[in-house]
Amino acid sequence: MSDIIFDVRNVTLRFGGVISLNDVSLHQDRGEILAVIGPNGAGKTSLFNSLTGVYQPQEGTINFTGRNGKSISIIGRKAYRVANFGVARTFQASRMFSALSTFENVKIGAESHRGIGVVGAMLHGPGTRRDEKRSDERTEELLKFVGLSAKANTIAASLSYGDRRRLEIARGLATDPQVLLLDEPAAGTNPSEKVELANLIRRVRDNMGVSILLIEHDMKLVMSLAERLYVLNFGGVIAEGTPEEVRANPVVIEAYLGSTTEEAESI
Amino acid sequence: MTELLAKPPLRRLLITIAVVAVIELMTGPPGSNTAPTAGFKGSFAEHASFFGLFRTQRWVLFLFLALVGWGIVMVWMTNGPRVRVTLNKWLVVPRKFTSTRPVRWGVLGALLVVAVLLPHIINSPFWQAAMVEQIAVYVLLAIGLNVVVGFAGLLDLGYVAFYLIGAYTAAWVTGALPLPPLFNHALNPFWAIPIAIALVMITGILLGAPTLRLRGDYLAIVTLGFGEIVTIFANNLYGITDGSLGSKLIPHPSIHLGPLKYVWGLKPVPYYYLALGFVVLFLIVFSLLEHSRVGRAWTAIREDEVAAESVGINPLKYKVMAFAIGAASAGFAGVLTASQSNFIFPSSFTLTFSINILVLVILGGMGSIAGVVLGAILIQTVTEWLNNGQHWGYQPSDLYIYLGALLIVMMIFRPAGLIPSKRRKREILLSEADHENSHMDEVLLGDDT
Amino acid sequence: MGAFGHYLLAHLDTLKHEFWALFVGGVANGLLYGMIAVGYTLVYGVLRLINFAHSEIFMAGGFAGYFVMKALVGASAPSAFASVGLIVLGIVAGGVAGAVMAALLERVAYRTLRRRNAPRLAYLISAIGASYFLFNLAGKEFGHIAVSTPQPYINHAVFHIFGAPVLMYYIIILIAGVIMFIALDRLVAKTRLGRGIRAVAQDAETASLMGVNIDRTIAITFIVGGALGGAAGFLFAMGTGVVYTMGFVPALKAFTAAVLGGIGNLRGAMIGGLILGVFEGLCVVFVQAAYIDVVAFGILVLVLLVRPTGILGERLGRSA
Ligand SMILES: Nc1ncnc2c1ncn2[C@@H]1O[C@H](COP(=O)(O)OP(=O)(O)OP(=O)(O)O)[C@@H](O)[C@H]1O
Ligand SMILES: [Mg+2]
Repeated sequence: MSDIIFDVRNVTLRFGGVISLNDVSLHQDRGEILAVIGPNGAGKTSLFNSLTGVYQPQEGTINFTGRNGKSISIIGRKAYRVANFGVARTFQASRMFSALSTFENVKIGAESHRGIGVVGAMLHGPGTRRDEKRSDERTEELLKFVGLSAKANTIAASLSYGDRRRLEIARGLATDPQVLLLDEPAAGTNPSEKVELANLIRRVRDNMGVSILLIEHDMKLVMSLAERLYVLNFGGVIAEGTPEEVRANPVVIEAYLGSTTEEAESI
Repeated sequence: MTELLAKPPLRRLLITIAVVAVIELMTGPPGSNTAPTAGFKGSFAEHASFFGLFRTQRWVLFLFLALVGWGIVMVWMTNGPRVRVTLNKWLVVPRKFTSTRPVRWGVLGALLVVAVLLPHIINSPFWQAAMVEQIAVYVLLAIGLNVVVGFAGLLDLGYVAFYLIGAYTAAWVTGALPLPPLFNHALNPFWAIPIAIALVMITGILLGAPTLRLRGDYLAIVTLGFGEIVTIFANNLYGITDGSLGSKLIPHPSIHLGPLKYVWGLKPVPYYYLALGFVVLFLIVFSLLEHSRVGRAWTAIREDEVAAESVGINPLKYKVMAFAIGAASAGFAGVLTASQSNFIFPSSFTLTFSINILVLVILGGMGSIAGVVLGAILIQTVTEWLNNGQHWGYQPSDLYIYLGALLIVMMIFRPAGLIPSKRRKREILLSEADHENSHMDEVLLGDDT
Repeated sequence: MGAFGHYLLAHLDTLKHEFWALFVGGVANGLLYGMIAVGYTLVYGVLRLINFAHSEIFMAGGFAGYFVMKALVGASAPSAFASVGLIVLGIVAGGVAGAVMAALLERVAYRTLRRRNAPRLAYLISAIGASYFLFNLAGKEFGHIAVSTPQPYINHAVFHIFGAPVLMYYIIILIAGVIMFIALDRLVAKTRLGRGIRAVAQDAETASLMGVNIDRTIAITFIVGGALGGAAGFLFAMGTGVVYTMGFVPALKAFTAAVLGGIGNLRGAMIGGLILGVFEGLCVVFVQAAYIDVVAFGILVLVLLVRPTGILGERLGRSA
């Protein structure tokens, strides 16, 4: 039995007259680095938003299966519930808590799934203090993991693009996810940062056992990282396969030629 | 003409004169509907003392003030930034000193000692009463509203409802309402405190759960409506609240706990200590909360709700929590007021009141506990001083004009308040820096962990 | 059948008898709500903000109209011709006062913050401050007691529908409201000014790239909404009188109307106003007068929770 983490079937998402996702079916195996590519406006971010409960598709099913084998349906659930099931994400235009420090950003992720405990928080009891210590340790660990230890006390808004991406990854990882959704993590980063980012993503999967779902326009990065990929165009899946298969697929080349030659050339 | 107006110095002069003219109106004599121009005329034409030197018409005096103000503005415009930089340089060492832990605790301790000794330093009965009714009560309300507006970023314009419910709970529990108390057994108001706090928190949850998913400005209007409705009910449900007659004969609180026996009476000072105890309690609880997971979650929601949800924070739950927790201190304040004064009237719990409390929070600094306490003490002390005796023809109803103007002025010139909360200040500056990158340096000064 | 059934039956009977009288009054009130609601909707369209100080624009119109009437209406009833002239004058006075007030508000409480790109909360607070400042200043200058406006007409029943009298006052509101609303609708739909307003409402950034002067458009939007609100203030003042706090309740209801019709949607504002006015009018049969405001407010909460886009949906150029 193959171990599927995300199972998306016949999902259609509309905004008024605009169809963002059109009968999309795809799946991701546990532990896989899966990529979704496609020209601008293809519906990639919409797919992510549907997978995380931010958008509610009108048709189709999305099933998420946890490590414990329990399967839940994503559609109809609130985004925070989905996050609590073990789905973490980053955003295309990075969204941090910009007035807080790097450390606090990640810590918010680390403690968010620990229940609320207002009374504990008000009284600052021993249990709360223990929790707090654990979150601090976890935060430090993750900052080290993504290479932001030196900037722990920097205000998030003043981080560079590359650092913001890493901060978002650390914050997502802090929630102890089973799958991490990355929406164009390499956008706005320089070539050397891209290499580091690719290594980081691989380490997330290898060391933490977190599956990766990746949206990326940088084909070099996608081709070197992804084990399998889906190509979206006009809201529909037009191709699927290993990087080699997709690269050779005439439909894909056509789709990209239709949009920007630059990207087509990079395939 | 327009070219001339475009010149900054002249523009500033005209703006200064306009502002001063408004102040002239605000401080001038009142008019009436039979003499609608009397106030305007009097504000400019009435005679006033020119700093004790000679008597002249008000407009001369204010024109002089406008010119002085303009001069100050001009000097500040050219030298302000430099002065600020120098000042910051000079302040680096003292700031470092005051931000160390022992110093902070020392300052807090000293303030507490002053607060405890205050009734012995101030002997005037007027001020002793004011310290309870006008200052302590308002501090309690301000720190509670600060949880909602400052921490969670929710504009609640119906906060007075919780104060009202607290006060009526005191009346109900002690058997002063037509509605019979629990088990038909009247308790003394001391027991009303926990009951009132529990009740307002439950009300907060019930009101908050459906409405707090609304966007900020909708929420403001809905809470405003709720505040009105609660007052309307209190005013009209004669069978439960005695309606507009209000509730009289609410007894003073007392404690009989084993060897501990104490009866609060007519004198204000014992109430002052009761209030002070609760103020300290709420301050500790709220500031622990601010720096806890809950406080961070509130900040996260305030800054970016979508991102907060993406890490598993349930925004509605935290907002409702802020609503309920913020209500607690208003509930206590209600009991305090009711049991000290022995009577309550629905007409004293109006929208005006909610806005008064909002002004205290805004002046002090949204999200800054120290700021909010300072804001409340400052405004309430000045108000009481103005109300106590004759001051330049000031009338109590003028207060609201000043408070409204203060809200606008604060939003234009110092949106983060007198003692800004670091997080809030950064948020505001960041939002503005999106616009104009020049602010960035200021924003990124200083770490706070 | 319980006591509640009897209660309902008895009241339904009253409703049957009073229906048309209440209906007519409700329509008149509804038109006033709609005229105020238009101001909320216009400002919301261009700024995505609720103008909390709109109630004071209404109040300004009320006072302006009141003083004009007080100065010009004599002891004896004016001739029909003079009557029309006075009413038009009152509407113009109210409209001008409302427009001036709106322009000042925009300049002081909004534009200063817009320049700095302040957070949303700041606008709400400064508008609340402005509202508070203005109505209390009005109280200081014009007294704190309510007074009634001298009426420039004889308020007799002009005709009857289904036995219910239609008073002169209602007819004035109806004519004034319909003319103003049609004028506004044409203005926004047909003129260059209206195109500017719609362009800013749709996408301010693109509009400014296309050469629309954003500052000016926003100011004019305030002024247009203010003129209608001020005129409504005068019409209201003729029936109910003036007092410095007169803006609060009608404005809250007008806001409800705007939300009910779909905030940002001009026709929605008018329809929402009519629905609310009539509904409220009929409710008088079932609830005590003191609770009428509670009913209106209940509608607001219900609409916001169940269908926040209102009946016609948010619009003014925005796509779905
Ligand atoms: N909230 C929304 N409201 C209306 N339309 C939307 C919304 N979100 C997405 N869309 C539409 O759905 C389509 C797909 O958008 P989406 O953002 O998913 O594309 P994308 O593949 O992520 O593009 P890009 O590479 O530019 O990020 C677009 O036509 C977009 O306009
Ligand atoms: Mg995208």
